[in-house]
Amino acid sequence: MEYCPVVYPDAFNQGISNEKAIHIYFSQAIPLITYIDESCLYLEEKKCRICENICQNDAIDLKQEPKKKEVNVGAIILSPGIKPYDPGAMKEYHYGDFINVVSSMDYERIMCATGPYQGEILRAFDLKSPQKIAWIQCVGSRQVIEGGNSYCSSVCCTYAQKQVILTKDYNPDAECTIFHNDIRSYGKDFERFYERTNALPGVRFIRSYTNIVREDPETKNVFVRYATNEEGVKEEEFDLVVLSVGLEPPANYDQMADIFDIELNEHGFCKTDPANPIQTTRPGIFSCGAFQGPTDIPESVFSASGASSQCGQLLNFRRGKLAQDKVYPPEIDVSGEEPRIGVFVCHCGANISRVVDIPSTVDYCLTLPNVVYAMEQLFSCASNSAQEITDMIKEKGLNRVVIAACTPRTLEPLFHDTLKEAGLNQYYLEMANIREHDSWVHSKAKEEATVKAWDLIRMSVARANLLEPLQEIDLPVNKAALVVGGGIAGMNCAFSIAEQGHIVHLLEKEPVLGGIARKIHDTLEGLDVQEYLRTLIEKIYRHPLIHVYTETTITEVTGYVGNFVTKVQSEKGDAVIEHGAAIIATGADVYTPTEYLYGEDERVLTHLELEELMAKEDEKVTGAQSIVMIQCVGCRNEDRDYCSRICCSESIKNALKLKEINPDLDIYVLFRDIRTYGFNEDFYREAADKDVRFIRYEPEAEPQIEPGTGEEDGRPVLKVTLPDYVLGKKLELDADLVALAAATIPAPTTKEVAGQFMLTLNPDGFYKEAHVKLRPVEFATDGVFLCGLAHYPKFIPETINQAYGAASRVLTLLSHDTVTASGSICVVEDEKCMGCGACVTACKYDAIKLQKTRHGDKAMVNPVLCKGDGLCNAMCPTGAIQLKHYTDEELFSMIDTMIPVEEEEKADAIAGGV
Amino acid sequence: MDGVFIGGCRLGECNYITHGNYHALNLTLLCKRIMEYIGLNPDRLRVEFMSAGDGNLFVDIMDEYTQQVREIGPLGKSEGIEPAELEKRLAKVIKQIPYIKIMTNEKMGTHLEDPAEYESFFTLEEVSKLFTEMISYYIDPEKCQACMICARRCPVDAIISAKKEVHVIEQDKCIRCGSCFEACPDRFDAIIEIPGGEPVPPPPPEGERAIVKKDKKKAG
Repeated sequence: MEYCPVVYPDAFNQGISNEKAIHIYFSQAIPLITYIDESCLYLEEKKCRICENICQNDAIDLKQEPKKKEVNVGAIILSPGIKPYDPGAMKEYHYGDFINVVSSMDYERIMCATGPYQGEILRAFDLKSPQKIAWIQCVGSRQVIEGGNSYCSSVCCTYAQKQVILTKDYNPDAECTIFHNDIRSYGKDFERFYERTNALPGVRFIRSYTNIVREDPETKNVFVRYATNEEGVKEEEFDLVVLSVGLEPPANYDQMADIFDIELNEHGFCKTDPANPIQTTRPGIFSCGAFQGPTDIPESVFSASGASSQCGQLLNFRRGKLAQDKVYPPEIDVSGEEPRIGVFVCHCGANISRVVDIPSTVDYCLTLPNVVYAMEQLFSCASNSAQEITDMIKEKGLNRVVIAACTPRTLEPLFHDTLKEAGLNQYYLEMANIREHDSWVHSKAKEEATVKAWDLIRMSVARANLLEPLQEIDLPVNKAALVVGGGIAGMNCAFSIAEQGHIVHLLEKEPVLGGIARKIHDTLEGLDVQEYLRTLIEKIYRHPLIHVYTETTITEVTGYVGNFVTKVQSEKGDAVIEHGAAIIATGADVYTPTEYLYGEDERVLTHLELEELMAKEDEKVTGAQSIVMIQCVGCRNEDRDYCSRICCSESIKNALKLKEINPDLDIYVLFRDIRTYGFNEDFYREAADKDVRFIRYEPEAEPQIEPGTGEEDGRPVLKVTLPDYVLGKKLELDADLVALAAATIPAPTTKEVAGQFMLTLNPDGFYKEAHVKLRPVEFATDGVFLCGLAHYPKFIPETINQAYGAASRVLTLLSHDTVTASGSICVVEDEKCMGCGACVTACKYDAIKLQKTRHGDKAMVNPVLCKGDGLCNAMCPTGAIQLKHYTDEELFSMIDTMIPVEEEEKADAIAGGV
Repeated sequence: MDGVFIGGCRLGECNYITHGNYHALNLTLLCKRIMEYIGLNPDRLRVEFMSAGDGNLFVDIMDEYTQQVREIGPLGKSEGIEPAELEKRLAKVIKQIPYIKIMTNEKMGTHLEDPAEYESFFTLEEVSKLFTEMISYYIDPEKCQACMICARRCPVDAIISAKKEVHVIEQDKCIRCGSCFEACPDRFDAIIEIPGGEPVPPPPPEGERAIVKKDKKKAG
């Protein structure tokens, strides 16, 4: 890369910085290897060939030709991703015209530590840090004009907030303004995120359309015109304007649709069936991620897992036919040997070496006690480097390995594998994090960062000296699954697992299957929910591997991943179910409002009750002249600080349906933000076009409701009053019915089930998944999975995606005969144990029991249940219980070596001298 | 080392259902009081809770804390404690750890939600009692039958147990866990619990520890 003469704008950094013809795509690219692109002089003009001569490994072959390969497959998953909208398509944004108008993708790269300015937020124009920044939302989204997209891109509100938070992190004095339409923080934890952003000093959210008017010829600052209800039209100057661009299908979607012979929808995304959004129009071909429509990470992850489960269903008869087990050499016992430590210092491309001086660090390593070998590597995680480590272990007789690179969170499993390949116990590995804890955070202080790297490595070496080989335990896996909750999520998940050859026990607390979907009649996309439920329930009852239990309560859950035992009482009587995995799909409930006369006046209903009346063609609905819908009832407030996500669309669905029944009906939707994200935006527009009136209210001035006097039109109406911000006066609406969009709340059983399966809940009372973005269908508790409304409010297609996603994760577990439990667990030294039981109380995983022995009660650890969090260690008065791999001795050795005694004394002496 | 900083995830956001960060908080509050008790500036110890997204907060706190520790100055010296004396006091605390843990175990399980409660969670008076009013155990030479049960039960090997000799608790080693008290068979009832702060009678001198057999006593 150093020698390549071709320099051109780096597409990954949005063209803000430069790149060579031979390069690594970006610093976290997988695989992390260099490649040569079309700008190469040789490829263009048969010249240069410098790189070929420079490369010591002869790794460059400039004569390589594209090859065609034919692969036989049983199923195809399409996940072609998405493209950011190009704001250049609309002249009025002056993108590419005014230098200080950037797209949010540009800004994303500017903020990034591996971006064009190494994380400095600068303007390309003067390389100065902008003080006044404006974000303009909905660029290319929610626009029915030439060049725009009519749908909502779903992610921009929240990513813009993220950018504001990061900007304020970087420069606390920055003034950030977001010009927005509705704020759509509908995702899990998004509402809190919005509030957090809004509460930052110097951050303004302004609800207004905007115009980019002009730029200052000198400073190139940008002038934005906007209007507020209070102050009218204003013009304001900003140092930088960020266009929050939406998402759109890449140009090649059409081509792809042709090749695979599938249909696209009217927006150019994959055409999907709401009853199974993963299935394309052609059997055997599945879609996931943003190909289904603009979507955030968790939804992409669960549709991706879901697609794999549907492939599994299709190809189950071939399962395991092509799989090969990895074979490791036998483990060498080195426990009696003196420690011989090898240190491998990683450049991480330039991520570490740009800041930390690697050669001197390697030299330093060699001065440390028991370090017999040290070397640098460009990427320790690359397969050739891993091979190098394995080779060196053998060649130099290393029995401990320290990798000075990145966080163990991502790559420790890989290096464990590397050690096993060399015949070493994998617990002889220690990682020193000189990237996240060093080079990334101290990029401006190179010398100090190098010294810190030495400190970190010295500590790791100290610990490595004391590491012990540990054995992991293989546990058998019971092949059955237990699904808690027989709603749409539970049923789909159960069906997918059963279709792949596993027995499924499906528990439902009600006498019938269906869950909350029983109250829903159709969806905006036109899915007949009751018909869908009937078919699904039939499929469930007919499936030979699915056992349904209704009117069920769980009385006890014991066991652990692969080996759960759950006792239930149901209409079938008492049962003891043994299962290897559990899926929690306990669904959600509707909030019972206490506000707006609900329960006092029978004309006030919830949105679902209104839907029920509509389905029955009740004359309260058919005879009504005016219906008022109030959004955000019971959520987005102090009690429930989240958005229920589905109610805006639910109300709009009802409104459209009501307009079909009676086009003359007056419908008012009183809202705070309309959150019809994705393609539902079209229905919002349709409703507005059909004269459904949308009136915004603020939480400080909620609508007031009181029974009318009976004199209005001779009808016994309800009077709803609220301020109208556009007209600046008080509005008074007469309503025959008032429908409240009541919050979706966690099912009443949530807490109990969480206790039984040892799961955590988030502050809103929904289950807390293992990782909100990356592991949205798993729990931190092994062997327990999650889907449906129990996770968070969501639409039926989203629920189905997630149900299949959970099924896929379950299959990954159940398709193995054994699971491996970590060797880093607690162990009790009997002689020191006084049997006080402090550890037993501390361990919420139930992993420790007191056992009677001849010498009194002694604590015993169940190695399978132990999660290795070590709280018991802290509670133990005598130090009898220790966490293997993190013993006091190992940790103290790190602290002791961090500040050597001599240095301490020296410091004291200096301090004493002053 | 002149200061110790403990960082943890936000309270209630622990990845483990054990929520160990509440324990870390309690332990810090306790340690601060102990520092106060032995004359050290409790501000040398600090705990803060933040998420991985709180980079700025972390930087602010570290800067502020480093500054603060600099101002406090070197350990012991700033408090006017001679190094030898400091060492002695610290050794005393270290020795007392098992007892302190036993006595505070129950309280350690508390989840403090309101920072207003922090200050009063452990009082100086409470902490000083942990050092001055310790329960002690003593083996009644008249009753001990040298059965060795207590010695085997003792988690810290603090009981001198020779065959046919009255067992003796080494008060210096004893962590006052009461295991021996519970272990001593009812029929002997040889171990006496001495309430906090009261003096412990000296054990019979070496050479005079031969046991008085119960049956002999009866015969006599």
